[in-house]
Amino acid sequence: MLKTEVFDIEKIRADFPILNRTVNGKRLVYLDNSNTTQKPKAVIDALVDYYSRYNSNVHRAVYALAEEATKSYEGARRKIAGFVGVAAKELVFVRGTTEATNLVRFAWGETNVKKGDLLVSTLMEHHSNIVPWQLLAKSRGATLKFVGLRPDGTLDMESFENLLRESPKIVAVTHCSNVLGTINDVAKICAKASAAGAITLVDGAQAVPHMPVDIKSFKPDFYAFSGHKMLGPTGIGALIARRELLEGMEPFQGGGEMIREVFLDHSTWNDVPYKFEAGTVNIADAIGLGAAVDYLANLGMGKVRDHEVRLLDYALQTLGELKGFHQYGPLDRKKRAGVVSFNFADVHPHDLATVLDEEGIAIRSGHHCAQPLMRWLDVPATSRASFHVYNSYDDVDALKAGIMKAGDIFRV
Amino acid sequence: MSSADIYRELILDYYRNPRNFGKLEKFDIDARDTNPLCGDEIEIQIRVGEGQRIEDIKFVGKGCAISQASASMLTELAKGKKLDWVKDVSKEDVFKMLGNPDLGPSRVKCALLGMKVLKTGVYGYLGAHYEHSDGSEDTA
Repeated sequence: MLKTEVFDIEKIRADFPILNRTVNGKRLVYLDNSNTTQKPKAVIDALVDYYSRYNSNVHRAVYALAEEATKSYEGARRKIAGFVGVAAKELVFVRGTTEATNLVRFAWGETNVKKGDLLVSTLMEHHSNIVPWQLLAKSRGATLKFVGLRPDGTLDMESFENLLRESPKIVAVTHCSNVLGTINDVAKICAKASAAGAITLVDGAQAVPHMPVDIKSFKPDFYAFSGHKMLGPTGIGALIARRELLEGMEPFQGGGEMIREVFLDHSTWNDVPYKFEAGTVNIADAIGLGAAVDYLANLGMGKVRDHEVRLLDYALQTLGELKGFHQYGPLDRKKRAGVVSFNFADVHPHDLATVLDEEGIAIRSGHHCAQPLMRWLDVPATSRASFHVYNSYDDVDALKAGIMKAGDIFRV
Repeated sequence: MSSADIYRELILDYYRNPRNFGKLEKFDIDARDTNPLCGDEIEIQIRVGEGQRIEDIKFVGKGCAISQASASMLTELAKGKKLDWVKDVSKEDVFKMLGNPDLGPSRVKCALLGMKVLKTGVYGYLGAHYEHSDGSEDTA
């Protein structure tokens, strides 16, 4: 198989300081990108620059530092919104995808969901797109049902359409599975769910970092993603929603920043998106995420996707040569992100990860915050290698050699 | 840490051929716990005989080699002992039983899951409460 590169990988790797370090005396081979990604120097510099040059609170004071901070924070909002094809006022900064789904649970769910209503999620969701709906169903007396999967790890659209006939209030679905790598046809799902009168929420945590995403093209009501999975800092992410929807919702948290006027017996709310950003916001990390978006936009998300698909193809081919290797997830490249969840003979993923760690190779092992999906796959856990821009064919070769070493130790 | 050192013959043997694996028809103690990090699961059942002795003990579970081997070896050690013996079992005893592998903090949880379940079950039967610590509080 041809190992052709989309990028000058050595040049990209030089942008990520952490890739210079060794682990257990070996070159760091970082293959846990679905979990969190490493940060380029440009992102780290943006954080240092904010704290060392213009640290101050946004939207309040009138001196020079505060104006610079506000300009950078709001500039980051515009950049990040533009990156996914929406307007700045449609982007609420949150801690991450989990806070986004919980915000919708409280600010939309508690007032709009009634006793006996139906909520719909799917079997391939991350816990962050299951548990908030369980809590909402419990507090409102609603029912939560799940779209099933087909044997190839794609959504069972027949099961989806059957659930739509029961008129759900919300359909919460992932854009891309963090375990199977399945890329869902969110345009079709949102169109059908909207036509059935449901609100749609798409979890984009595994999509925005890895492929071009134009949210306007598939019109979800809510779309959420996390900064730390797309080369940005931890603790910052985005909830995207149509402006009129945000305007009609109750606040999430009460406090400073989110108010217009406060009286002793009532308060009025700030404009969106500020109505949902109570307290001092995560200024530095929002600016850091803006720098990450600049970095990704400069590479081009189409190329990022192309790069990861090539690594995926190579990994499936070369790891597939190992006796006892079993991978999960669709084989159709158009429906698959650069994620390889697998098991190897009877070696438990945690034992495999321990052997790989000794070789400086970082993979995720466990249930990947998707226990219902693990039960559907009928495995207690899987190992998972996931790619990003700085990964190379050499990383895949190192992974293969590490798995073979585990095979020797476990006498597979 | 050397993985060849952790996964020596002893652990692999107990992983692939776990002793005392299964369920008891009659039992007085039944305890179960999981390790959320790995998804390891261990359930231990004990039939208590005369003089508060562990007349029979079995376990079922799924998970990594360390958690399963550790639980299996522990049931072998416990069989025939007085229940009070369980109170005296320490983390160090479990590590020694496993051949003192050099485990990182996350894998220590795997090694101690069997002990946690055994102690929780036996303490409960004796009307006491077991407070488990796997040392992760120190490294968190």
